[in-house]
Amino acid sequence: MLKDGCMTITMPKEVDHHCAEQLRKETDLLIGAYRIKRLIFDFSFTEFMDSSGIGVLIGRCKNMGYHGGEVEAANLNERVQKIFVVSGLHKIIPVTTGNSQE
Amino acid sequence: MNNEMRVEFDAKSVNEGFARVAVAAFLTQLNPTLDEVADVKTAVSEAVTNAIIHGYENKEGKVFVSCRLQGKEVWIAVEDKGVGMEDVQKAMEPFYTTKPEQERSGMGFAFMEAFMDEMQVESKVGYGTTVTMKKKIGQKEEENQNGCGDSFN
Repeated sequence: MLKDGCMTITMPKEVDHHCAEQLRKETDLLIGAYRIKRLIFDFSFTEFMDSSGIGVLIGRCKNMGYHGGEVEAANLNERVQKIFVVSGLHKIIPVTTGNSQE
Repeated sequence: MNNEMRVEFDAKSVNEGFARVAVAAFLTQLNPTLDEVADVKTAVSEAVTNAIIHGYENKEGKVFVSCRLQGKEVWIAVEDKGVGMEDVQKAMEPFYTTKPEQERSGMGFAFMEAFMDEMQVESKVGYGTTVTMKKKIGQKEEENQNGCGDSFN
């Protein structure tokens, strides 16, 4: 989903090493192609995430940093929230509730 | 109640989901909370992912996951016969990774430690690595009841 330089990536049901590579490639392709300024990871459908997911998110943060953009995470369930807190990711990526672009 | 299971599968990333669901399904016998199941699934996922990426370096191999229920405790061993590690201590440091180019966060062992009660790593270069983890199920309940814990072990 793309709107005024703001892109929302709908995260898969399970964010693990298995899906990390594809997620990373597709997101980077879109960031480069559409000059994204604001990237939102939407976790509405995500039930599971492990440290592979953290690698993907931090990687995209760095990538967006080079383009002068920002990254946010939205709609985390309790479990994904826990993963963010345990890893300290919530200090790097602002977490929002609801669909913040509307 | 004591009960054991063991599964063996190819070191392919598609099997990471299978491994954590298999352990979670076996664990239901102990009546875990959803949070406990999720903790165990995360830890298993970390260990199996490590076996595939680091143990076998994304090449062919078999991963072995065994699971033992003993009283209210679950013991999980994730084993590979891959390259092994020279310095286990170093590997366990948070944010340390040998594969930053693959965007590994270096949080795998930290997560296993955070989500399980105990973790132990045995590794030998050229022979492989075994991660053993333990978690007591129903700890919150016990605390709530102010109980003194079971003495089966």
